Amino acid sequence: MTLEIIEITLRSLGVSGTATLLSAVWSLPIGLTIGIKDFHGKRLVKGVFNAFLGMPTVVLGLVLFLLIRHAGPFGFLNLLFTPFAIIVGQALLITPIMISFTTSAVESIDPDIRDLAKTLGATEIQASLAILKEAAGGTLLAFIASFNRAIAEMGVAYMVGGSIPGSTMVLTTAIALQRDMANIELGLTLAAILLSIVFAINLTVNLIQKRRP
Amino acid sequence: MKNWIWLTTITIAVIVSVAGASYYLGVFPTTQKQKLIVSTTTSLYDTGLLNTIEDTFETKSPIDLQIISRGTGLAIKLAQDGDADMILVHAPSKELPFLTQGYGVCRKIIAYNFFAIVGPESDPAEIQGLTALEALTKIVEAGRKGQAMWVSRGDESGTHIKEKELWKAANFTWEDLRSEANWYVEARKGMGGTLILASERFAYTLTDMGTYLSHSTSSLITLKLLISQEKELLNVYSAISVNQTRHPHRNFDGAINFTKFLVSDEGQQLIGKYGKDEYGQPLFYPAVKLLQETNNPLAHSIREYAFFNGAECPVEYRCGRPELYG
Repeated sequence: MTLEIIEITLRSLGVSGTATLLSAVWSLPIGLTIGIKDFHGKRLVKGVFNAFLGMPTVVLGLVLFLLIRHAGPFGFLNLLFTPFAIIVGQALLITPIMISFTTSAVESIDPDIRDLAKTLGATEIQASLAILKEAAGGTLLAFIASFNRAIAEMGVAYMVGGSIPGSTMVLTTAIALQRDMANIELGLTLAAILLSIVFAINLTVNLIQKRRP
Repeated sequence: MKNWIWLTTITIAVIVSVAGASYYLGVFPTTQKQKLIVSTTTSLYDTGLLNTIEDTFETKSPIDLQIISRGTGLAIKLAQDGDADMILVHAPSKELPFLTQGYGVCRKIIAYNFFAIVGPESDPAEIQGLTALEALTKIVEAGRKGQAMWVSRGDESGTHIKEKELWKAANFTWEDLRSEANWYVEARKGMGGTLILASERFAYTLTDMGTYLSHSTSSLITLKLLISQEKELLNVYSAISVNQTRHPHRNFDGAINFTKFLVSDEGQQLIGKYGKDEYGQPLFYPAVKLLQETNNPLAHSIREYAFFNGAECPVEYRCGRPELYG
């Protein structure tokens, strides 16, 4: 039983951690670009990402399920009921959060820094990196908030993961299952673990925000 | 500012190493074992039976069982769409079309028990001691007078299908009853959730015996067992593999192997023993040996209720596996 709890906790951390990193691959560049560049329709783009911040997880789960089931357009990937399906789903789920956080972090940096870097002979990419470096605190917040949302969500994990014991059962779906199995003690144990993780993360966020310049 | 860069790096490093560690600890499915996705009714899983079977089966087989526990309705749907390798279900009236439409093959009856009508301790409709059909009539009468409530699964699960058949047998139309929302409540939840809802509302409900027993020892429900062990309330579980010609990408051989294990002496013993120590009685009864008896009245009832054309699986759906049928 203890082994099972450890396994489920590790899987939750692993799946949501990987999802956060995967999401960063596209979200950081997008967030950075929106933050730095001035372009037509910028407000609209930001508005759209902000609107998706509140994406209900079951809705995303349902859409993904329909896409990756065998009869769906991506059925050939055989992703349904695998941990990778949850990783992809959570990565998509947290994309708007990561983009919004990165954008506002970058926008809060003094625009003179970029110009200064450029006058000192930096290329466009080097200047962008300099800005990202300045916005490190905010970017870290983006990671943490994203991870937080991913590990606490249940809709995607349930719909496309299937909550298979030993394969795709994560903390949230395991807690729901324990209620259905009338294992209240185990359910509470898992809930305590999930709460500890989420509280620890929020504590970190608070610390960072307090000490931010 | 440098601190934050360090902190970022450390956080990412921690997450990556945790992810990596869990990967190497074998949390993710490995390719050495072939996956078998079993889409099952909740009662077999939520009671813990399938967990026990999985543990024993996986020690002696190269198959990695992946169990998805939903209602019978969704279990059948997943299999029809080619998203599962086999199903474990308990609704003969839904299983027959699954076979005749060419989705399922090699059906084997693996276990049985009884449904039960449970309700509040005070039994306001006074159904204790009655037959199931008499009891349902009484509950409707009391419900219409505002003295009793009924909670239905309402989710196309095997139990829900059974409930609809019982209403029909008691001369009620389920569609009419569900419009009487002041006493007929649809839970649209699994069996566990439905039992909790019925308990909270002091309502009657139909449950499978296994889930009721496993919940009755917890503090979550206070429902009393009122009617069970009756022919009308028979509950028969069967295993059906997904047709290989319909969905060639599914693990057909694995499904047959697991079916063979379920009907083997060892599998049947596991089913018959499960829950005996904890609940004083088994949650499920093995069906294979019983069905070989010709004169047993219970075996006769099971044949009447769950056989199609006099066989658990008509010859045309055995897809070249006669060894399964002795």
